Amino acid sequence: MSRLVAFAAIQGGYNIVSKVEGKYQRALETYNADTKVGFPNTAYYLPVIYSLLGLKVETLEDMKKPLEVARKLLPPHVKGKNHLPYLGPLLDAGMAALFAFEIEEAIRYLEDPDFYLFSEEIDQEAGKIWLGAADDTVFRKRGVEFVDGSAPGFAAIVGAAPDPETAKMIVEEYQRRSLYIFLAANQNGTTVAEQLLQAGVQIGWNTRIVPFGPDISSAIFALGFANRAAMAFGGIKAGDYNKMLHYNKDRIYAFVNALGDVNAEWAAAAAGCVNWGFPTLADTDIPEILPTGICTYEHVVANVSHEEMVQKSVEIRGLKVTISQIDIPCSFGPAYEGERVRGADLHCQMGGGKTQATELVKMAEMNEIEDGKVNVVGPDIKELKEGETLPLGIFVQIAGREFQTDFEPIIERQIHHLINYIQGVMHIGQRDISWIRVSKQAVEKGFTLKDIGVVLHAKFHQDFGAIFDKAEITLYTKQEDVDELTKRARAEYKMRDERVEKMRDEDVEIYYSCTLCQSFAPNHVCTVSPERTGLCGAYNWMDCKASYEINPTGPNQPIEKGECLDPKLGQWKGVNEFVQKASRGAVDHYNFYSMVIDPMTTCGCCECIAAMLPACNGVMTVNRDYTGETPCGMKFTTLAGVMGGGASSPGFVGHSKFNVTQRKFIKGDGGLLRMVWMPKSLKDEIKERLDKRGEELGYPNLYDMIADETVGITEEEILPFLQEKGHPALNMEPLVG
Amino acid sequence: MAVETKAKKVEKAPKVADPIQSSIDPATQEMIKRAQELGIETVFDRAVTMKPCNIGMQGICCKNCAMGPCRLPLPKGGIEGEDTRKGLCGATANTIAARNFARMVAGGAAAHSDHGRCVAEVFLSVARGESHDYKIKDREKLLDLAPHFDVATTVEVDGEVKDRNFDEVAVEVAEKALNEWGRAEGELYNLKRAPAPLYEKWKKQGVCPRNIDREIVEIMHRTHMGVDQDYKNLVKQCSRAAIADGWGGSMLATDLQDIVFGTPYPVQGEANLGVMKEDHVNIIVHGHEPVLSEMIVAMCQKPEIVEYAKSKGAKGIQLSGICCTANEIFQRHGIPYAGTFLQQELAIITGACDAMVVDIQCIFQNLANVAKCFHTKLITTHPIARMEQDNVLHIEFDEHHALEDAERIVRLAIDNYSNRGAEVMIPQHKSVAIGGFSVESIKYHLGGTFRGTYYTLNDNIINGRIRGIAGVVGCNNARTRHNEAHITVVKELIKNDVIVLTTGCNGIACAMEGLLTPEAASVYCGPGLAEVCETVGIPPVLHLGSCVDNSRILLAATEVVKAGGLGKDICDLPAAGSAPEWMSEKAISIGHYFVVSGVYTIFGYHLPVEGAPVFQKYLFEELENMYGGMWDLEADPIKHARKMIAHIDKKRKELGIDKARERVLMSMEDRMKLESA
Repeated sequence: MSRLVAFAAIQGGYNIVSKVEGKYQRALETYNADTKVGFPNTAYYLPVIYSLLGLKVETLEDMKKPLEVARKLLPPHVKGKNHLPYLGPLLDAGMAALFAFEIEEAIRYLEDPDFYLFSEEIDQEAGKIWLGAADDTVFRKRGVEFVDGSAPGFAAIVGAAPDPETAKMIVEEYQRRSLYIFLAANQNGTTVAEQLLQAGVQIGWNTRIVPFGPDISSAIFALGFANRAAMAFGGIKAGDYNKMLHYNKDRIYAFVNALGDVNAEWAAAAAGCVNWGFPTLADTDIPEILPTGICTYEHVVANVSHEEMVQKSVEIRGLKVTISQIDIPCSFGPAYEGERVRGADLHCQMGGGKTQATELVKMAEMNEIEDGKVNVVGPDIKELKEGETLPLGIFVQIAGREFQTDFEPIIERQIHHLINYIQGVMHIGQRDISWIRVSKQAVEKGFTLKDIGVVLHAKFHQDFGAIFDKAEITLYTKQEDVDELTKRARAEYKMRDERVEKMRDEDVEIYYSCTLCQSFAPNHVCTVSPERTGLCGAYNWMDCKASYEINPTGPNQPIEKGECLDPKLGQWKGVNEFVQKASRGAVDHYNFYSMVIDPMTTCGCCECIAAMLPACNGVMTVNRDYTGETPCGMKFTTLAGVMGGGASSPGFVGHSKFNVTQRKFIKGDGGLLRMVWMPKSLKDEIKERLDKRGEELGYPNLYDMIADETVGITEEEILPFLQEKGHPALNMEPLVG
Repeated sequence: MAVETKAKKVEKAPKVADPIQSSIDPATQEMIKRAQELGIETVFDRAVTMKPCNIGMQGICCKNCAMGPCRLPLPKGGIEGEDTRKGLCGATANTIAARNFARMVAGGAAAHSDHGRCVAEVFLSVARGESHDYKIKDREKLLDLAPHFDVATTVEVDGEVKDRNFDEVAVEVAEKALNEWGRAEGELYNLKRAPAPLYEKWKKQGVCPRNIDREIVEIMHRTHMGVDQDYKNLVKQCSRAAIADGWGGSMLATDLQDIVFGTPYPVQGEANLGVMKEDHVNIIVHGHEPVLSEMIVAMCQKPEIVEYAKSKGAKGIQLSGICCTANEIFQRHGIPYAGTFLQQELAIITGACDAMVVDIQCIFQNLANVAKCFHTKLITTHPIARMEQDNVLHIEFDEHHALEDAERIVRLAIDNYSNRGAEVMIPQHKSVAIGGFSVESIKYHLGGTFRGTYYTLNDNIINGRIRGIAGVVGCNNARTRHNEAHITVVKELIKNDVIVLTTGCNGIACAMEGLLTPEAASVYCGPGLAEVCETVGIPPVLHLGSCVDNSRILLAATEVVKAGGLGKDICDLPAAGSAPEWMSEKAISIGHYFVVSGVYTIFGYHLPVEGAPVFQKYLFEELENMYGGMWDLEADPIKHARKMIAHIDKKRKELGIDKARERVLMSMEDRMKLESA
């Protein structure tokens, strides 16, 4: 009975638009029309309105136009008998409601700036559990997970489950499938977010359970997130609503779960979401819309039992997800990666300054080890009282015909997130400075150290099965064993670091492509060389090599770099040919070592963006965690908006944090000595390597010469500082010839 | 046929028609009876008293020169071996049938295209600001259309791209459009709006029309005594002239009418003689061009005119329509239908018709005889369409004085209200109908402002909820039971999940039967189609307008092709065309342009090709190899519909969508393989 849905949604559309028009009028009476409005730290204005209509809402006055659009979209009411067609009008009414919601939320940010907590995590004690719009930092950080597939999609849950246990069950099922869960709206004052807190579930961006807001209007934040992804990573231009919505339908696997009675406003919101290709599944008896077309499969499905909700949602959206089935007593999956084990929850810990904890992966001979064997040498968690500690050595031995010692650090680096994937267990650090915290809940469920071995064995086989045959894991908890392992490990680390340090672009004939982002940024293709690691910071040349060996048809393909066309700027014939093909003709060449002349493209998930500062004859770079202004006049998020989506943008380049101290970093433009400004946090983060590289370049105090926000955030402010410090960039040849 | 005629001669033919056997429509049945009571003869009675010529029916009578008429009857049971039939000049049955067929195409194409020309002239005068009673109502459509005529909609001023002056665009489009009838070089602009593979086929076959008039003239030349005597070469010219109709004259008529009178969006109206009101002034517009009827509509809504009607003792003015004029004003304004082609005499016989205003095409000369029996003013308005009877008024309609003329006509009708006799009998039958489905409005309703696309339709064809698309169109024919084949074919199609696009008198028949309501979906449709209708809120039969609006079906089919997933050309679509009760030459032209646009097209009743089996085989089978579409014939409406369904199923199989679609669950890897957005 689509007619009833249409009837309700159109009614809802009218209600919502009228209500928001009223709120807008009252706001105009209170504030000047030129009062700034918007969501915090974003370059995308009100993102749904901006992305679909191309309208930039920056002031109260600017809200008028989109509200007029919303009003105009409202179709005639549907008659009971001999009605006119209503699918188009229904979708329009939904869209009108969503535009109105976005304005309503922006008015809320204006009138009640503290309603939402501007944070990735909630502050439960202060009663601040609603996070509101994701700012661009969060959106980029999390967006990358949608890009690389570690988050296959999101479930937008509105309303409340009948009880906290049901809410917990549904949400945890999504977590196990690695989906994000966006929470909005209430059912008679009850919300899923509050239910989850009651059931002891951690919520916040770090556990992928995001409490947007208690009203249905806050559901707009989920769509704003999706549309920003399409703009930032997909290169969809603001205002191109057709491409925008199809991008969402084809690439962003989202859907709505309506828990509880569906009123007219919810119906309007659901109808609006159908424009995106996002279907709605409800646990109540509402009219269904089953035929396909706007969504890939069904549009509205009703009477879904809570037990089936997750499975059915995923199926109806047409999404394939895998659940990690690992034989341990705790839940397991990427959704638990960001979960914390706080002091009050802590049962015991290893490492982190309290004791020594070390991790090492080493290649072994096939006959030396037994696959799947997990040895725990020494006392286990069971024997610990609350608050006690243990030293820990995690020693992984791997054997197989395809395995190479080069892969050891790659496998070893997985230990961090794999242990973090265990619900109730937290892992920090790596190598000989790792730190594991185990919660009371995990111990209650029966977690032991052996389970770490089980997880590592299973996941290594799952993810890297193509390059090895056997893995045996030993967990040492006796001081002398740990000390011995640590000693051995440190020698290994040193050797490895030297090997990687010595690698030069000139030494290899093969570079690797990375098209991991092409699910989101179809025209973007990264090329990774030993001295230019992936701009997302996640992939270096060795990782790509391993990834290729593991999956020869995957996103990392070898590129014969071929004839060198320009050694200074870093351009190769073979790379150009590959890029042209892989970018589907959008880009036909780029330079590895220049940001001034035809720089490499970015999908928008780069860790840092470098920009020219002509007055200082130098460059600056900014990492995405830094939300402040920069001397180039743009924040990170604005910069990313300017150059994301797979376009080559002379004057700007995306790069990883690590790349800053690599020898070839913008070598064609003068190299690291051009660097005149970076945020202090970034400078400190890479200080050690910065000092080392500065010394190589003859400027051991380079760290002190580079300005940061404490010096200034305009070129005028930092130039005297640079002059005073005698920064080398000032005496280099002009940056732009 | 011959056997039947003989048998009836023995029995002595009845003088009048049996109402029940003449129509499936109760209003029509009642009115036939009423006419017979009043001793007024109608087309139904004449169909009983006068039989069609059996040889002419088969297409094998040649009267193109004074050595004839030469009649080449096909022996009972057909011809075995060589067909030695020939006329005095030696023309074979194939040549004669093909020439006759070609002249029907010429007649039909001429009718549509001359109608189109008239609209183009009005449009030009509107664009030039010479005609103040008409305005450009759909500016957006004009701007969408301009590029097809190589008319720029933007100009560069100092390196900046700006919108071009709208009036300038309008005049250039109007001039270029009007030039299509007689352009000296090149080919029609609209051809490139067809799917590229279809255009390539036309190029390859050499059938791209040069201009609209020329192709019609050339048919008349080629079919003159002793010119083209190769049926295949004649059919080639039929194709060229038919394309000049469907993609030329008719399409121009539709597009320009939409620009001047507004592109139809769904409206509600009513249908059948019961829409006439005893206590109202009843004005019926009948014919084809909206140029006149639009003005009458405007006039009837003027308060001072309504007041004038009231001053004459009427409660108001009830305007209604017959034939395609009715379709035009129904789709744009929801003005009700009085009836189909075959009900035109009956509308007067109600005794309540104060004026019937006619323009061109499908107007019975007998209307004048019927009107003579009542107070009804029969008003002809078009310089090319007058009647000899002296009770017919001629008020020539001139677009430069359009409202003035309309006012004169409407006042005349109002003044005539008081002249009614006592014998008013309006049958109390009418149905609600939803119409106004243009290419544009269908697109909107398939997904709204932001997601409107034919892909929604395609997706439901691919997933099997909708089996296919049928265009069911055309006239009524007094040789068949009124509306029976129309309704039977349409119901059989929708029962089998085939969505129907309708125009012309089929549209009116469906309206009268209640098939143009969303509620019809759950009553008559298969479960899949019913579900889609329910989702979109549409009737299972979409009314696309008048007979020139068959061009909308061509463009809708093109949109379906463009939306993807159902092949690359119209002939790949699971679609079929039908005219179950055809009678006019226009229907033959329409049928042929559908065939050469790649559509399997089946006619009811009979086709005047049966007397020349080789020629018939060429149309029914060999054309498919050239264009992907072909002719067919089936009088039995159920078999007729099943043949369409069989063709649709064949196309589904070729597309590989004959099996249930699997639900594909997309992994990240699958998503990475997606084409660039």
